[in-house]
Amino acid sequence: MSASTATGGELARSDPERRHGWLYWQTSDAIVLTERALRHIPRNPELLIFSTIQPVMFVLLFRYVFGGAIRLPPGVSYVNYLMAGVFVQTVAFGSFTTGVGMAQDLQTGLIDRFRSLPMSRAAVLLGRTLSDLVRNTFTVAVMLGVGLLVGFNPQGGGLEIAGAIGLLLLMSFAFSWVGATVGLAVRNVEAVQSAGFIWLFPLTFASSAFVPTSSMPAGLRAFANNQPITHIINAVRDWSLGVPVGSNGWLAVVWCVGIVVVFVPLSVRLYRRAAST
Amino acid sequence: MTTTLEHGRPAISAVGLVKNFGKTRALDGFDLEVAPGTVFGLLGPNGAGKTTAVRIFTTLLEPDSGHAEVAGLDCVRDAHRLRSQIGLAGQYAAVDELLTGRENLEMVGRLYRLPRARARARAIDLLEQFGLSDAANRPARTYSGGMRRRLDLAASLIVTPPVLFLDEPTTGLDPRSRLSMWELIEKLREGGTTLLLTTQYLEEADYLADRIAVIDRGRTIAVGTADELKSQVGGERIELTLARGSDLDAAASALAPHVDGSVRIDGESRQLSAASANGARRLVDVVRDFDAAGIGIEDLAVRRPTLDDVFLTLTGHGAEEEAEAA
Repeated sequence: MSASTATGGELARSDPERRHGWLYWQTSDAIVLTERALRHIPRNPELLIFSTIQPVMFVLLFRYVFGGAIRLPPGVSYVNYLMAGVFVQTVAFGSFTTGVGMAQDLQTGLIDRFRSLPMSRAAVLLGRTLSDLVRNTFTVAVMLGVGLLVGFNPQGGGLEIAGAIGLLLLMSFAFSWVGATVGLAVRNVEAVQSAGFIWLFPLTFASSAFVPTSSMPAGLRAFANNQPITHIINAVRDWSLGVPVGSNGWLAVVWCVGIVVVFVPLSVRLYRRAAST
Repeated sequence: MTTTLEHGRPAISAVGLVKNFGKTRALDGFDLEVAPGTVFGLLGPNGAGKTTAVRIFTTLLEPDSGHAEVAGLDCVRDAHRLRSQIGLAGQYAAVDELLTGRENLEMVGRLYRLPRARARARAIDLLEQFGLSDAANRPARTYSGGMRRRLDLAASLIVTPPVLFLDEPTTGLDPRSRLSMWELIEKLREGGTTLLLTTQYLEEADYLADRIAVIDRGRTIAVGTADELKSQVGGERIELTLARGSDLDAAASALAPHVDGSVRIDGESRQLSAASANGARRLVDVVRDFDAAGIGIEDLAVRRPTLDDVFLTLTGHGAEEEAEAA
C-alpha cells in the first residue's frame, strides 16, 4: 500500500484541471464514457441481435402481410413506401436502449460512483447517446440490406440519399436523449421498457409510417400530419425516392434540433439529482 | 499525502444534518466529527440513516439543513473540488459488469483525470494488490461477490484519496471475503487514510474502528471507543443458561439481587443475562442461591459486554431485530 499512497499524494497535488480548460475535460470524459458504452455492444450480442431482428420482422410482415391491402397513390410500390417508415420506427425504438442503459447504471450503483468523481455531469449521457448512435447505424444498415432484398428501390441521387441517412442519424441522437430522460425519470429497467412502448407506439403508428395519413379519421389525421415522426418519415421517404421534399425537410430538422435543445438539459438535470436506491 | 487535511481540524464533520425523503426523516439533526487518519465506524440498523449520511458527505445528496464538511471543503458549496479528495465504495459493488476488471479501473482512473498510460499502469498495480491479476481480463459479471467488492474498493483507491467512505463494505460477503476486506481496511489505515465505514455488524466496528458512533433514527445517540461504549452498559455481564425452561421466573428473581439493572430473559434459549460489576466475584453467590432454590444451571459465564448489549441499552431495541423488520 505504501507505493500507492505516494502516487496518491502526487496526484492530489498536481490538480490537472489547471493544466487544461473546462471544454478539454468535458470532451475527455465524454470520450472515456463513449468508449465504455461502445465496448458494451459486442459483449451484449443478444441486444444487438434482437434489436436488429425486430425491425427486419416488421419489414417482412408489412411488406407481405399488409402490403397488398394498403392503397397508395398510383406509381408507388408499397415496399418503397414502407422502408422510410420502418427506418424511422427502428431508430425511434432504438431510444429504448439508451433509457434502459441509464436505468441499469442507476440500479447497479454505477451512477453513484460517477457522481462521486470529479468528472463532467454530461459525459455518462453523451457516452450512451453516442454509442447508441453507432448501434442504430448498424441496425439501419442491416435493414437497408433486407429492404433491397425484398424489392426496395431507392431512386434519389447521392445528395438526397445522404440527406436521408443524415436525418436518420440526427433523429437517432435526438431520440436517445428522450430515452435517457425517461430512463433517469423512471429508474427501473422493466418500467422503462413499458414506458417506451406507451409513448413510441402511438407516435410511430399514428404517422405516415405504414399507411398514408389521408386514410385516417379527421382528428387522428390532424395529429399524424403535424407530429415529428411523420415529418421525419416524409422527408426520408421523399429523399430516398427522389421526390421533391417540400417543407418536410426543414420541419424534420427543426423538430430534431428542438428535441435535443429540450432534452439534453432536462436529462442532465435529472442525472445530477439521480439517486441509486 | 493528506494535502488538504490540517492538524487539529476534523477530516469529516457534520452539524445538525437533516434530510427528508417525502414523509420519512432519514437524518434528524445528525452530528459527527472524525479526526484525520482514524477509522471511524458508523453503526446502526438498516434505515438508521447511515447511507444517507455517507451520500451527503460524498456530494451525492444535498442536506435539507445543517452543515457537512469533508477535508476542509463544504459538501455542497465546494462539491466539485471535494470529489477529487474522496473515494467511495458502496454496498452494492458499483462496477461495470460488461467491462473487464482492468477496463473498469482504467475508466475510473481516466475520469480522475490520469493520462491514459498512467491510468493503465495504476489499474494493473491495483489489480495486483487486490489479488485480481488472474481475473484482470475477464468481464466483471463473471466475478464472485467478494471479487466485485475488491474491484469496487480498488476503483475508489485509484488516486488514494485522503478520505475514504466505505458503505457497508462487507454486507453479503462470505466469512473469508469479509476477513480479506478487513485486512485491506487495516492496510489503508496504516497508510494514513481517514476512513468512515458504516456497518450493521457490531463485531466489525469493534474490530476495525478507532471510534464508533451509534446511529438510530437519523441521530447519533452515542460516540466513543468500543471500550467506552461497552462500559456504558455497566462492565461485565453474567450470562446463564437454565437446564429447564420452567425455572425462568424463579431464576430471574434469584439472580436479581446479584446484578445491576434489569435481568434480560430469552425464553427460547432459556438464557438470562444482566450487567454486574465484579461479576466474577458474585458468581459464587449466584451459584449458591440457585442451588438452594433447586434451579438447574446448564451453562454459566461472565463476559464483557458486546456492542449488541450497547445497542440494546441505548435504543431499547436490538440492532438485529430492526434490521430484519426493515
